[in-house]
Amino acid sequence: MSKFLFGRYLPLDSIVHRLDPRNKLMLSFCYIILVFLANNWLSYLILIALTLGAIRASTIRLGFFLRGIRPLIWLILFTVALQLLFSPAGGHVYWHWAFINITQFGVINAGYIFIRFLLIIMMSTLLTLSTQPLDIATGLASLMKPLRWVKVPVDTLAMMLSIALRFVPTLMDEAQKIMNAQRARGVDFGEGGLFKQAKALLPLMVPLFMSAFNRAEDLSIAMEARGYQDSEHRSQYRILTWQRRDTVTWVIFALGLALILICRRW
Amino acid sequence: MVVAITFEHVGYTYQADTPLATPALDDVSLTVPDHGYLAVIGHTGSGKSTLIQQLNALLKPTTGRLTVDEFTITPTTTNAALKPLRQHVGMVFQFPESQLFEETIQKDIAFGPQNFGVAEADALALADQMLTQVGLDASYAQRSPFELSGGQMRRVAIAGVLAMHPQVLVLDEPTAGLDPQGRQEMMDLFERLHREQGLTIVLVTHQMEDVAQYAEQVAVMRQGKLVKVGTPQEIFGDPAWLRANQLDVPRAAQFAQKLATRGVTWPQGLPLTATALADQLAAQWPKGGRTRV
Repeated sequence: MSKFLFGRYLPLDSIVHRLDPRNKLMLSFCYIILVFLANNWLSYLILIALTLGAIRASTIRLGFFLRGIRPLIWLILFTVALQLLFSPAGGHVYWHWAFINITQFGVINAGYIFIRFLLIIMMSTLLTLSTQPLDIATGLASLMKPLRWVKVPVDTLAMMLSIALRFVPTLMDEAQKIMNAQRARGVDFGEGGLFKQAKALLPLMVPLFMSAFNRAEDLSIAMEARGYQDSEHRSQYRILTWQRRDTVTWVIFALGLALILICRRW
Repeated sequence: MVVAITFEHVGYTYQADTPLATPALDDVSLTVPDHGYLAVIGHTGSGKSTLIQQLNALLKPTTGRLTVDEFTITPTTTNAALKPLRQHVGMVFQFPESQLFEETIQKDIAFGPQNFGVAEADALALADQMLTQVGLDASYAQRSPFELSGGQMRRVAIAGVLAMHPQVLVLDEPTAGLDPQGRQEMMDLFERLHREQGLTIVLVTHQMEDVAQYAEQVAVMRQGKLVKVGTPQEIFGDPAWLRANQLDVPRAAQFAQKLATRGVTWPQGLPLTATALADQLAAQWPKGGRTRV
């Protein structure tokens, strides 16, 4: 499980860690728009500088981000290959066979796609590495508040989300324990052919589901025993407050946006 | 003395090379004789569970070297070389009932042996045999393990480990959450396996009574270090030191110590179990007379 980095919080004390989670969520979202606005090398260079700056400010080592990319590498390569081989004609044609064209246009586009993937993964990894899952849930719930006006059960959704996030590490521990017990009984996880691997999952999944259902039942009883009622308005223990540093991030963001708008090819 | 298990300067760090790196074992050296019975005690988080997971290489040492009979495990040992070791060292984890998954109890017990190459028919026959060994009726064989009570499920899980015919049996708090009678029966079962089949046993426990009654050798862990190894007599002979390590002596020994402060002497050494206490007291008591204590 130690390879599974995406969604794991690294407890450090940096300015990025201390930002308001609502702010980080909004920034990450707007950052993705920014990534799609960029369309030439200069604008991508500005984005890379912004991203590296954010990573630097978080004091998390770059190696962690590269490791975050590893599980997605095949998806990225697949998309890049599609882009490279099947781009519409444009510019110089380097190679041509049947319906496959490798063109100047295709090569450049593939490069852009690759950088886009990298940047978006890095920024979302930064979000999850620097923000506790529960803070992300609180932030999301707070951002969803306006939806209450259209009768969306925001509080219930927020509760579901925080319970789900809360039990990710618990279930991962549980999975690790069960895997250990089954490995001790001679199961090889992640070895052999596809069929053998799928079969090896059964001794893991059955006990894991059993324990998850038991846990869900215990938790619901514990919640009701403490007077939990669905759809009741809930007060919060952790109050999020917008700080000066949150405003500063938007100033930086606005500067980046302006630079990219100036540099991009119209 | 034939040695079954040797730890040589074994160290283990969780999530090495990350900011979350946590050292869990630090320079542990220890030997357990063949057919020995070792109890590992220590405060929660002292590294007991990490220590025993080294024994069948679920965790490989990050430094040092470990030998279990003919197997040697170093930080560079490959996983393929470890499969026979997993059969050699049987592991009963905390709450082993959570490892049950098959449709029938018989199939679940037969699962382990089949993974190590025992033919299905033989494994199923073995399962029936193991079922009675752990004290469950043979009629349970075709029932679902999920219909059973917690204590019965644990017996099935233990039968599943014993069915692999391990030479070393590692037990991580095997009696946690059982009722007193179930606990007694479980410990008696392990004692029988130790005495009759010569299994080497490594027991992690918080029950000092069990340590006093069954163990031949006791290892005390603190913060990933092995701080003391000795016989139960040696370990429990120093209650002040034990308390400083957030551990305690068995109740019978506590009682014997209180008697000692009132002038009772223990010429054969401090009694650690209720039986030993009663025997020594009976021997000292003048026949039919009374002593003021």
